[in-house]
Amino acid sequence: MTGQIVFILILAVAVWLFSKNVGKIRRNIRLGRDTNRSDNPALRWKTMAKVALGQSKMGRRPFAALMHLFIYAGFVIINIEVLEILIDGVFGTHRIFSKPFGGVYDLLIGGFELLALLVLVACFAFLSRRNIGRLKRFTGVEMTAWPRSDANYILFIEILLMSAFLTMNAADHKLQLLQFGHYIKAGSFPVSSLIGPLLPNNTAILEVIERGCWWFHIIGILAFLNYLPYSKHFHILLAFPNTYYSNLNPKGEFSNMPSVTNEVKAMLDPSFVPPPAEAARFGAKDATDLTWKNLMEAYTCTECGRCTSVCPANQTGKLLSPRKIMMDTRDRISEIGKGIDKNGQDFKDDKSLLDNYISREEIWACTTCNACTDACPVNINPLEIIVELRRYAVMEESQAPASLNNMFGNVENNGAPWKYPAADRLNWSKES
Amino acid sequence: MAEMAAQGKEPEILFWVGCAGSFDERAQRITRDICKILHHVGIGFAVLGTEESCTGDPAKRAGNEFLFQMQAMVNIQVLDAYNIKKIVTGCPHCFNTIKNEYPGLGGNYEVIHHTQLIQQLIDEGKLKAEGGESFKGKRITYHDPCYLGRGNDVYESPREALEILDADLVELKRCKSNGLCCGAGGAQMFKEPERGVKEINIERIEDVLESKATVVASACPYCMTMLRDGVKGKEKEQEIEVLDIAEITVRANGL
Repeated sequence: MTGQIVFILILAVAVWLFSKNVGKIRRNIRLGRDTNRSDNPALRWKTMAKVALGQSKMGRRPFAALMHLFIYAGFVIINIEVLEILIDGVFGTHRIFSKPFGGVYDLLIGGFELLALLVLVACFAFLSRRNIGRLKRFTGVEMTAWPRSDANYILFIEILLMSAFLTMNAADHKLQLLQFGHYIKAGSFPVSSLIGPLLPNNTAILEVIERGCWWFHIIGILAFLNYLPYSKHFHILLAFPNTYYSNLNPKGEFSNMPSVTNEVKAMLDPSFVPPPAEAARFGAKDATDLTWKNLMEAYTCTECGRCTSVCPANQTGKLLSPRKIMMDTRDRISEIGKGIDKNGQDFKDDKSLLDNYISREEIWACTTCNACTDACPVNINPLEIIVELRRYAVMEESQAPASLNNMFGNVENNGAPWKYPAADRLNWSKES
Repeated sequence: MAEMAAQGKEPEILFWVGCAGSFDERAQRITRDICKILHHVGIGFAVLGTEESCTGDPAKRAGNEFLFQMQAMVNIQVLDAYNIKKIVTGCPHCFNTIKNEYPGLGGNYEVIHHTQLIQQLIDEGKLKAEGGESFKGKRITYHDPCYLGRGNDVYESPREALEILDADLVELKRCKSNGLCCGAGGAQMFKEPERGVKEINIERIEDVLESKATVVASACPYCMTMLRDGVKGKEKEQEIEVLDIAEITVRANGL
């Protein structure tokens, strides 16, 4: 009975804390400007099913895709086991699913064990790629101490959780064979039965191990749940809404700013009366000038670096790294969120996304080639943020590089980016 | 176009030449070759000539939305005044801008890139690869322009135009949606690159060298400039030719 009360208390606190922190991220995302991403729900569901659920964009790197699939399948399917643990914890039962599921239960537990083993294999593979193999994709200026530790913590926690799960089963299985107490024969244990011989035969100790691992496993999962909002691992949740709200237009298409359309119409036609609009900046100086979708993407990013590894600017040694753009955006909007928590809704500081986080040198190095957006397994678009920052630099500050100002001047005066008179436009037809 | 309109005629298709196609010497040759193809198959086309103006693409990618929309609205007025319905462009940047970004500002046209036109003509049997230079057995590779490939998912049209040549076609190690940019997009064409360890077009030419191709085909005037500079930078002008899909088509047909 005490066990049940303790369990329910821990569960309640964990769920409360998690919802509180998720609520903060949700609030932060909603600090962004509005954008409409609710059209064409059928295609949106399809995109989500394909890209997030079906992991369709992972295949380009087959080894990482396979290892990731192990962990992904492990996470999704072992959740059935977690559900059983939650019910057992609340009602003080043991392996409650074993009776109603009958023979299927053996299959389930056996399957979970195999998955747990595959998760362990993948976690060790990932750890060694990061720390021993030192894959280039996991280095770079933005991969400072915290992002690197974050990645290792996640893998480490997953290894601990899976080990606890298997050890728990091993002890349970042994107790079952010894026909001890309430440990009725249930489940098949293809992996943990191999650990069994390493455990003592004393039923009292076995029961301590079984219970200890049970508690460690479930408290570990609840703690991990509460680690998510602080971690890049949050992608396991946001990947789904983020792909649902994907950009469905051709990648080459950039948004036409309606605020500019009104001004241009008024310029071309003096009788045009623009609809009243709220005074907002052109482009983005700070994270709050971006759309909620940009901010959602920033929280979805799991820092895998596929974008940066295909970026032509980054590959040729320029400062620009699309992953850094996303991480900077997330860090800045989180900073603003913390400021609001402390000082209220009107919080202002003297920092901004442009200059304090992302430098001019970075934004001007982009070729807008869309390699980053194409590479992202969860359809994040760093390019849109870069263009919004450029829009601010150009339209609010007139701070484009000098050569681009020349180009603007040429387009404006002679209708071509080069200094050729429009009257010469047909000269190509005269020679051959 | 003005002359045609004065005679009360409407073209089947408007050829949007683009700024590079109008002014850049190398691109002018591609422009003339696109015209040769149109004449050869008997498509009635027109160009805007001095009434054409920059689509606004480089301004938009560089963040100058005002200038872009000014250009766009004036161009849309001109196009609508001539009642234009269908446009073929010689440049993926013009293609992308008119096709995707003009509709939101009131300009609705059927827009195709010249490689798509060439593919259609091949499919209809109006274009073949005979009567001209033989590319048989030549090692040819293709560089995907970003705004044709990733930007608009046009990967197959240019490749089909090469497939009829009976040449030794080879893909670059980074191709199609994984293709590497030439380095000129996003208004980089008009500025010096940022600090780095290498030029992007050199990185790209190394892919071409690795492919051992003697012809690298492209379909964009910016890529053309960047790839040619890259070939020059590697001192391989004697070994590697950079050609537009339209030029290859014209040569293969002896137009």
